[in-house]
Amino acid sequence: MADIVARDLSVPVAGRQLTLHKFARRKSTIAFVMALPLILVVACLVIYPAFYSISLAMMNKSMQYFNIFTSKNNFTFLFGRPTFWMVVEQTVLFAVTAVIFKALIGFIAAHFVHNLPAQGQRKWRGMLLIPWVIPPAMSTLAWLWLFDPSYSAFNWVFAHLGIPQVAWLGNPYWARFCVILVNVWVGSPFFLIMYLAALKSVPEQLHEAAAIDGANWLQKIWYVNLPMMRNIIQITALFSLIVTFSNFDIVKILTNGGPVDQTHVFATWAFQWAIWGNDIPLGASISLFMAPILAIAAFLILRNVSRRGNEA
Amino acid sequence: MTTATAEAAAGHGHRVRSGSISRGRRRTLYWSYFFLIIFVIFFLTPPLYMFITSLKSSAEISAATNPWWVYHPTLSNYIDLLTQNQYLVFFRNSAIVSVCVVSLTMLISVLAAFSLARMKFWGSATLATGVFLTYLIPDTLLFIPLFKTFAFIHDKTGIELINHWWVLIILLPTLTVPFCTWIMIGYFASIPKELDEAALIDGAGYIQMLTRIFIPVALPGIIAATIFCFTVSWANFLYPLAFTTSADQLTLPVGIVTTLIRGDVYAWGQIMTGALLGAAPPLIIYAFLMDYYIAGLTAGATKG
Repeated sequence: MADIVARDLSVPVAGRQLTLHKFARRKSTIAFVMALPLILVVACLVIYPAFYSISLAMMNKSMQYFNIFTSKNNFTFLFGRPTFWMVVEQTVLFAVTAVIFKALIGFIAAHFVHNLPAQGQRKWRGMLLIPWVIPPAMSTLAWLWLFDPSYSAFNWVFAHLGIPQVAWLGNPYWARFCVILVNVWVGSPFFLIMYLAALKSVPEQLHEAAAIDGANWLQKIWYVNLPMMRNIIQITALFSLIVTFSNFDIVKILTNGGPVDQTHVFATWAFQWAIWGNDIPLGASISLFMAPILAIAAFLILRNVSRRGNEA
Repeated sequence: MTTATAEAAAGHGHRVRSGSISRGRRRTLYWSYFFLIIFVIFFLTPPLYMFITSLKSSAEISAATNPWWVYHPTLSNYIDLLTQNQYLVFFRNSAIVSVCVVSLTMLISVLAAFSLARMKFWGSATLATGVFLTYLIPDTLLFIPLFKTFAFIHDKTGIELINHWWVLIILLPTLTVPFCTWIMIGYFASIPKELDEAALIDGAGYIQMLTRIFIPVALPGIIAATIFCFTVSWANFLYPLAFTTSADQLTLPVGIVTTLIRGDVYAWGQIMTGALLGAAPPLIIYAFLMDYYIAGLTAGATKG
């Protein structure tokens, strides 16, 4: 009804309709101009380099494209190197193990913080988030010093407890353990905060209902908290998987890929080739191996976002 | 009489049951404290050890005494670093870069978020999703093509972009702009439409609507995004490591790693002091604005 009236009114007043039309056009123009800096930054500094790295990966060291009809290119070179497969293995091991432990520690610690009386939570939460706030490059230096071969403070404690000394960063297995440990240390506060926020949104009535039905604490966590937090758990783990998969700082400072390239991940190995080895195309092709996991994660997150959008 | 007994019995039973619940609760509480203390020890050991080492002289560091205790505390490491020109240059570079990146990012992302959240234009919905996707592209994938592009620009135009600290002002927005825009879209979208309709009726233009209504109302979100942006640009390690090499062009994290470690000689006292001072600005901001910090952290994933 109102629509009809409005249309009837607007028909005779042609001039007003024109200004309205112009107004609408102006609005979208202003909007576009306001978004233009963003479009420029994203297009020039993110989209363009991302595609340029694909093009770079097709070139040889002196920046000429490989002949696509011969089998000699960066990828065949990489696939023929045992170090490459070691890096793949280490990156996957590093990312998956670290994310699982971060999620576990975050989940457990979030429950403990949630158990505390409300006024005490802030203090604990504040202390537990500190590893996330310190720039990773700085805190990794502290870990490097804790793992020092001759003055390791951990080994001092071990010596007093009668535990044999550990060559933290000298032994390949321990070095792998150390980079994962530091990553877990840096990242678990993020999970803690996300899971704590998710826990706070679980209605208390559900716990009461479960308690009346005779559920113990484990059943409450498993059948009430876990399903209610599923979305946040998934999203946080995905985000963290991307960040961990493309991690650079920790591995670079702690081991620099050593001993004998055993702890290299894609990012540090690509850096090694591109900046120090001066073979930019090879570095680009290594770093491109981070793209598939990004694509999968992006797909999953987008699906999740649109599903949540539909529910709302 | 009977009712009274029944009540008494009920009351008694109730007291017993609540007593057992509160005992159970207290036990849960004790266990929670116990495990939280273990977590806190795990989380705070490295920063504490940084602090302990920073108070030691190099003689005490290499002595075979208890590494977890300071026997002769000294401030010499702090004095050495803060009177040393080099460290102050790193600090200055980091500070200028971070402040510029924060201002630039907030300008770009607040404007863009306002236009994407409220003033739709052709393709704006796609652009909003696209911004989110670019946030997922890590710096470790971008630095190689960017490095090559900058070298190419140098060859063509003679503008040297590599090995200048200010090039980070161009580079770091790649990490901050998509995320800040994404958070700000979420905050702006949560502002009720009635507010901007009221402003429109009162004759406000779009710029007035943004500065008089959206920015004040979404101020918590803006503070959260600013803090995030500052932390990212202060902490970034890869870009300065790849793009700057001369000692006077480095930012703090890279400066500490490359200048205080000479070959195999580690000046641990100074490294720990430098790292602690470098971690201070984010820690101070966090100490005072913890709630905004956490809001920014959780907004990224929950506002999706």
